[in-house]
Amino acid sequence: MRPSLKPILAAAVIGAAALSMSACSDPAPQGRGIYLLMDTSGTYTQELRKAEQLINAILAKLDPGDSFAVARIDTGSFSEKDIVAKMTFDDRPSQANRQKRHFRETIAKFIREVKPAGHTDITGGLLQAAEYLNEKNPGIKTVLIFSDLKEDLKKGYIRDIPLQLLGFDIVALNVTKLLSDNIDPREYMTRLEDWQRRVEDGGGAWRVLNDFDRLDRILTASR
Amino acid sequence: MLFPDGLAQLPNAMLTWLALIAGLSVVLYFAREPAHQAILTLSRILYRALRVAAAALMRGEGVLRQRNREVLLAAGRDAAERMVEREFERIDGAVHRGLGTAPALHRKMNDSFNEIMDDYTNSADVPPNPPGWVEAVDAVARIPSNGDPVVTAILQGVQDTLTEERDKAIKAYREASKERHKRLQTMVPGLRGLLRLLASLDKSIKGLTQRTEIVDRQIEEYESILRQEDSAVRQLSSSSLIQFFVSAFVLAIAVGGAAINFHLIARPMSEMVGGNSLIGTVKTADVAALVIILVEISMGLFLMESLRITRLFPVIGALPDVMRRRMLWVTFGILFMLASVEAGLSYMREILLQDELATTALLRGESGVAFGGDFVWITTAAQMGMGFVLPFALVFVAIPLETFVQSLRTVLGILAMGALRIVAAALHLIAGVLRQGAMLIEVYDLLIFAPLWLDRQVRAGFGAGRRAAGMPAGEAPTIREMPS
Repeated sequence: MRPSLKPILAAAVIGAAALSMSACSDPAPQGRGIYLLMDTSGTYTQELRKAEQLINAILAKLDPGDSFAVARIDTGSFSEKDIVAKMTFDDRPSQANRQKRHFRETIAKFIREVKPAGHTDITGGLLQAAEYLNEKNPGIKTVLIFSDLKEDLKKGYIRDIPLQLLGFDIVALNVTKLLSDNIDPREYMTRLEDWQRRVEDGGGAWRVLNDFDRLDRILTASR
Repeated sequence: MLFPDGLAQLPNAMLTWLALIAGLSVVLYFAREPAHQAILTLSRILYRALRVAAAALMRGEGVLRQRNREVLLAAGRDAAERMVEREFERIDGAVHRGLGTAPALHRKMNDSFNEIMDDYTNSADVPPNPPGWVEAVDAVARIPSNGDPVVTAILQGVQDTLTEERDKAIKAYREASKERHKRLQTMVPGLRGLLRLLASLDKSIKGLTQRTEIVDRQIEEYESILRQEDSAVRQLSSSSLIQFFVSAFVLAIAVGGAAINFHLIARPMSEMVGGNSLIGTVKTADVAALVIILVEISMGLFLMESLRITRLFPVIGALPDVMRRRMLWVTFGILFMLASVEAGLSYMREILLQDELATTALLRGESGVAFGGDFVWITTAAQMGMGFVLPFALVFVAIPLETFVQSLRTVLGILAMGALRIVAAALHLIAGVLRQGAMLIEVYDLLIFAPLWLDRQVRAGFGAGRRAAGMPAGEAPTIREMPS
């Protein structure tokens, strides 16, 4: 008896369909997730105009499907309330452009109305950033810290916590030198080294960037 | 002491290698005779094997050549049949156009001829003769009057009558001539019409003659193909290669057009299917744009098949005319719809571009910058036009594609034949080198040149010693002189 090829063909078609469906059902993370922490403490508020320009530049570089959040660093930054604006841009380019314009307006309003914070909780902000980006699960996770990196915690706040930053790029931006740094530059260097050690111990990649043109290249390269 | 010093300067690894090579040479020297035997045997085996392989390849090449010939002739026969068929259709058309009206033409010519004949007959009518009594009166009028007044008056009356009659006759003659001229004048248009009819008939006949000459030539080619003549095969092969390169060139242009079409619709497509979803590693929007273009090309193929311009799908060509016509309109409808969609997407592309430029400018703090100004409509219209026209232009890809596919078979066959010939020739060459095994033996001896040189020196010294002792030299044959 001659075997029929039809069942074999049918099985092959069903198998191929099942394979393709399984391939589609578990998509790999894609897009970029950027979380910007803005230091609003003390005299650093004067630098926020720069931060606004930076945010606009980042917005111009982002694509539909990317996630972007901007949060302030204040006394206690491990809180959703400190997120000034957050957005996952729509798949449709026209809608994404509309969202970008709205994001820009929100940030401009915040910069106009911001009041200096009493303390600087960078670790809290970093924990909040990690939580947000892990929840979004983008392909590339980047945290930008727009600060002088001088942490000043309010009494009673515990931030001596190991950071979980595996797969994160942490970029310190516009790290200004304080008056005390000028007196003793070792203080500045130690501060940077401490942050690098903490980030790298947590599994993240650390870099310091004071030239914004290079940030543009980083954002372009991470597409 | 110079040599040991020099040796001492050499690195250890090099010394090791030198020792190894020297040892190997000695071993090879002592194994020379069986090695030569082995080389000779191996050479013979390889020679035979390579000859057999080369012969097999040449046989394969022959089969392939025959197959290529058959395919080429079949394709040529098909093309010639199509051409002859088309020529006969043209002749049919010409006959219908030129000679289909022959009965009417004949009738018209007959009528014209009858009219001309009538006119001619009528123009031959002579004017009426003067009545017979005029002659009698004339004779009476010539009688001399001899001064008789009565006779003179009578004769005068007769003369007057005669003059009057003559005038009447002249007048009648003139009128008759005028009438004849008039009739002859009416013949001119008839003659001209006749000439025109004859000229058109002549033109039709000449056209038909030219067509029949073309058909004769094509029939000759067709017969040559049917007789499977070498000249026909060569001509078909040559034209097939030309067609291959020309169609490949046109297809490359079409690919360029398709790429431009793709870029026109890929960006706005993300507005429909999302700009971030992926199929595998490719954006869904890109896949969707590609699918639209491929569907357009497919519709173009079906359209061309329905029009019987191409014959890639014999099933479509074999459909009943009614069904084929329906298919034609359906494919054209789908194509028109897709072209309209593309035009819309092109318009959307321009809107998105303007929106993105405006947003970027706003984010850079360049508010109030106008993009494109009053001339944006030109690029928008051009994009829309291209989006609408390109799908229809891609329809014509079917023609070079058919030619490419058909000529590809011949080109691949020729390439395969060439490759087989080259491999067979290489095998022949290697077999020729291995035939006697002498070359491999020479190579072997080259590896052990140092022990062989020593061997010769020793034998030469031995021969010289024997000669000095008065003994005949030459009893020590070298291994190379030994029979293999």
